[in-house]
Amino acid sequence: MTLLPIHIAIAGIWGILILASLIVFTLTRLQPTADHSELVQRTTSWWAMIAVFTAAFLLSRTFSIVIFALVSFLAFKEYLSMIPTRRADRRVLFFAYLAIPVQYYWVSSEWYGMFAVFIPVYMFLFLPFVMLLSQQTEGFLKAVGTLNWGLMLCVFSISHAAFLLVLPVDGPGSVGGTAASGAGLLLFLVFLTQFNDVAQYTWGKLFGRHKIVPQVSPKKTWEGFLGGMLTTTVLAVLVAPLVTPFDALHAGIAGAMIAGAGFIGDVTVSAVKRDLGVKDTGALIPGHGGIMDRIDSLTFTAPLFFHFTRYLYT
Amino acid sequence: MTRALQLLFFVFVRVVVTFVLGLNVRRRELLPEDGPAILVANHNSHLDTLVMMSLLPLSKLSSLRPVAAADYFLKTRAMAWFSLNILRIIAIDRSRATRREDPLAACHEALNKGEILILFPEGSRGAPEEMTALKKGIAHLAEKNPQVPVIPVFTHGLGKSLPKGSFLLVPFFCDIFVGEPIAWPGSRDAFMTTLGARFAALSTEKDFAPWE
Repeated sequence: MTLLPIHIAIAGIWGILILASLIVFTLTRLQPTADHSELVQRTTSWWAMIAVFTAAFLLSRTFSIVIFALVSFLAFKEYLSMIPTRRADRRVLFFAYLAIPVQYYWVSSEWYGMFAVFIPVYMFLFLPFVMLLSQQTEGFLKAVGTLNWGLMLCVFSISHAAFLLVLPVDGPGSVGGTAASGAGLLLFLVFLTQFNDVAQYTWGKLFGRHKIVPQVSPKKTWEGFLGGMLTTTVLAVLVAPLVTPFDALHAGIAGAMIAGAGFIGDVTVSAVKRDLGVKDTGALIPGHGGIMDRIDSLTFTAPLFFHFTRYLYT
Repeated sequence: MTRALQLLFFVFVRVVVTFVLGLNVRRRELLPEDGPAILVANHNSHLDTLVMMSLLPLSKLSSLRPVAAADYFLKTRAMAWFSLNILRIIAIDRSRATRREDPLAACHEALNKGEILILFPEGSRGAPEEMTALKKGIAHLAEKNPQVPVIPVFTHGLGKSLPKGSFLLVPFFCDIFVGEPIAWPGSRDAFMTTLGARFAALSTEKDFAPWE
């Protein structure tokens, strides 16, 4: 096996994880009385998540696509379990679930045209049709609206991350065409999105003063947002040559875009949770909450980063 | 042979329960490690029995005995074979006319052997995600076995995934709330009141998403 730049990048992520674990371990030793259980749980969950993604990256492209389909399924299931639904719509929900394997099939078959329209056009028109067959009009608009929105957020958006894997990218720095460069772009997107979450959280914890949208998410501050954006942009410029075809300017723009969109995705899911009166979207990932709590930023960064890359580099 | 089939079936059940449904179990530590014990749960779906049996480790499978109605679960030959050999139910005769001895005799015997019973005191699945009145059989059972802990378990979501009368499994995350064991309070009425109160408390622990 030849050592590709992407392997170095993955090794770097494990390096950061080990470093973070050491810091958490030292913290629990230095302050034995304080409650660090959530921090410890969070770190442990990161090990599991990064292990799954490393395995997916190294094993095969198809396996990676299946993992993203699974993430979409879990997120969509969490969403449907959380929102008000109607008894009469069980069959409609079933069809909505079936859209997941179909959408990811378009990804693996590299059919961009169908991938881009299947959910926003065909499912958008098909689901209300199945729904009206039960002839229950009370709550119809709310039911079909919330269902389509969830499908867009959990399946359509997230599938853009997976489509990066099959995107035929060219331009300076691309590693001989498709496979390697696609994986590099996906790694760049997921890593920076998750890193930005942590960076904004950390900056906010240390210097957070001025709240941005206190009624939606009281812990989000300008200090956290701007500090996170700066860190993410700098990091994007530094790691771009390793895994993407971006020049420094494009890398910087991509980093800032990921930071901004990630923030908006995060507070959007916060708004949904507040509307529904729940704290976490679920309990699937110890210390983090549900899977939606973990991928909320990615639902906004994935499609934007995808089209940025597709417009400039294909 | 049937033991191997049973094990195979429940491994499959666990995979489906974990990935297609997904359980969020509160206070798993209150579940009994060993029998004799009685688990009582609300009843919404055919999934209830399978999910209750998935809550305990596979090594405990041989001591798990769901208590179920003979008239329903032994209706056809195939169903009777499946109920008795794979689910390993204790069949209860619900019709009063044919009752000569204590209808719960088989349950007492199982508890004496140290097995863990699974009961649904609502008797029937009824309308999904709605609790109906609890039947008193459980109080008779607890009275005869006062040292055996009775553990209430409230489930939400299984009736949404597979309600009575449907064959289409729609995935939803399911919430499971395990309650503190109920010690025998001295009388059947007091027992039923305690059990009802426990279920009422467990079922209001979380605001569930409306399903109408």
